[in-house]
Amino acid sequence: MLSIKDLHVSVAGKPIVNGIDLEVKAGEVHAIMGPNGSGKSTLAHVLAGRSGYEVTRGTVTYMGKDLLALSPDERAHEGVFLAFQYPVEIPGVNNIYMLKAGLNAIRRHHGEEELDAVDFLSLVREKMKIVNMDESLMNRSVNEGFSGGEKKRNEIFQMAVLEPRLAVLDETDSGLDIDALKSVAGGVNKLRNKDRAIILVTHYQRLLDYIVPDKVHVLAHGRIQRTGDKSLALELEKHGYGWIGSKAGAA
Amino acid sequence: MTTAAGSSEFYLAQFSAAENHLPGHDAPWATAWRRNALDRFRELGFPGHRDEDWKYTSVKALEKQPFDSVLEPSSHLALTDIERLIPAGVECIRIVFVNGHFSRVLSDTAAMPAGAEVSSLATKLRDEPAAVESLLENSPTVFRNGFGALNAAFMTDGIFIRLAPRTVLKQPIWLLFISGDQDRAITSQCRNVIVADTDSQATIVEHYSTTGGKATFTNSVTSITVNDNARVTHIKLQQENTTGFHFSEIDVTQNRDSFYHSHSVALGAALARTDIRVTLQAEGAECRLDGLYMGDGRQHVDHHTRIDHLKPHGKSTEYYKGVLNGNARAVFNGKVVVHERAQKTDSSQTNRNLLLSRNSEIDTKPELEIYADDVKCAHGATIGQLDDDAIFYLRSRGVDEALARNLLTFAFVDDVIRRIEIAPLRKQLEQTILNRLPAGTSLRGLVYNDA
Repeated sequence: MLSIKDLHVSVAGKPIVNGIDLEVKAGEVHAIMGPNGSGKSTLAHVLAGRSGYEVTRGTVTYMGKDLLALSPDERAHEGVFLAFQYPVEIPGVNNIYMLKAGLNAIRRHHGEEELDAVDFLSLVREKMKIVNMDESLMNRSVNEGFSGGEKKRNEIFQMAVLEPRLAVLDETDSGLDIDALKSVAGGVNKLRNKDRAIILVTHYQRLLDYIVPDKVHVLAHGRIQRTGDKSLALELEKHGYGWIGSKAGAA
Repeated sequence: MTTAAGSSEFYLAQFSAAENHLPGHDAPWATAWRRNALDRFRELGFPGHRDEDWKYTSVKALEKQPFDSVLEPSSHLALTDIERLIPAGVECIRIVFVNGHFSRVLSDTAAMPAGAEVSSLATKLRDEPAAVESLLENSPTVFRNGFGALNAAFMTDGIFIRLAPRTVLKQPIWLLFISGDQDRAITSQCRNVIVADTDSQATIVEHYSTTGGKATFTNSVTSITVNDNARVTHIKLQQENTTGFHFSEIDVTQNRDSFYHSHSVALGAALARTDIRVTLQAEGAECRLDGLYMGDGRQHVDHHTRIDHLKPHGKSTEYYKGVLNGNARAVFNGKVVVHERAQKTDSSQTNRNLLLSRNSEIDTKPELEIYADDVKCAHGATIGQLDDDAIFYLRSRGVDEALARNLLTFAFVDDVIRRIEIAPLRKQLEQTILNRLPAGTSLRGLVYNDA
């Protein structure tokens, strides 16, 4: 589904990602772990199409298409979703109306009929249950005045509504207390299926107790240093990132 | 030296022919008042760029062409023409002025309660001039600048409203000022006098619109007195078309524990300027000034506000927002003066601007002068573009860029519109704004937060 080859990315002229290769198949969950500044959030943003990130080398192919040639909204139409590390507050733009505009744009792209207000609302109610989101948040402005946990829940709720094929979750676990983490992780698990790939970008091993990945990659200095199964994450927890970083000098 | 066709000389020359047609011409005090105003206009002329208050707003374009005063009422409009201007679902006391003259046919005052005296100022000046003498002569705005003086000299009509103590109006009074003539450029000069006595309460809409045709020049003065414990909501809608020149002065005097809430919505005209001056002259008075201006093309829109706190425990809150596109230009100048005796004043002022194009421009100047030592005052102005992070967030959800920009622009604007309490008016303004956004109709069904 996703094939990243020799990806190099610079931000403001400074190289951040220095040659990432990654293959993700439908149905897989990949965890990308790494210390601060390792390039993991940059990778997430590049996949979603944020401006300010310059790809200096390499390719990203998604469902046979050149992903980097698509605008952020075209990527969303094709089924790419980014759960933000820091969801943006947008005063005055209703959460539900934003989602309705997004979902209907995606449906139009696939030649499907747009949902009317009634069908959309019943869909929303059903999806809210997946993350135990409070209905009162439904008609609020996007993320405005939401607590940290509510914001992250809202991201997963949006994922549930938009039903992406490839979801990139950027530090969705950061800053959550254990109850919020459980309910967010529970939501993600309900959204796992054989057609959907999920990339979890995380700093902490804790998330992987609740969402068990198929593969774990350790990123440092802009390159994947190690790839393994979930036991790699446990090793990281035991030894910290230090032992990875020391090897990275060769990169 | 050549003078422009519509310079102050033009109006000075017109006066002698007009004088005997103007209301109040048979009352000696009124004649003296008008002539005095004309003399002041002769001295002041139209403001130039040397006037500090007019530094960023040039009225040269106004002076290029002559605007005739319409001396006799002659309404060419039908009820259907004006009904579309007032939002469906609004129940109101409707008072219509066409080209500066009250139109009985187009007005509907059936819902006027006892305790509210509402009449045309021209009628009042004809029938009982003594009753308005002190109100006009004491009117604080008369000679502040050329426009105020010109208005006093040429004023053809306007509204006179007096709310007796404890009168509560359930329906708003909707003052609709329509201007326009197919054959000639005309000026409408109305003067409104509103007095809300103790414990009274009312909402007054001052709505300016044009019918098309030749250019128009609106020059209006409204004075409002809010007496002890009275509450007045005042909504000014400026929706003239882009052949309009619009100048408006609003002077508010507030007494003890009174509350005045102003909304100034300026969407139209080629060149528009609104001056709002509020004097909190007794303890415990509160005013709230909300405003929205939008400009596109070559529109120029200017707001000058001034709030004077004279006595203790006053409160003022000001919140103005502007959106500019194309080559539009806007000016915001908000001055708050806290006088020496106005201890415990609580004042805040915010002006936020959104520039959607490279060539649009805003000159914003919040001013705060404090002469008391125990006060709480804050002010701030911002100028910016749409938030790139918010645009990216929306796009990442599948919303295309144009729609994302529209959603954010609308949200910025709607924040002010939602402060208006008349729901059908809110809805109509939202529609108007949607229609002005590029492909704004795509937002239908996405932005109404009213259940």
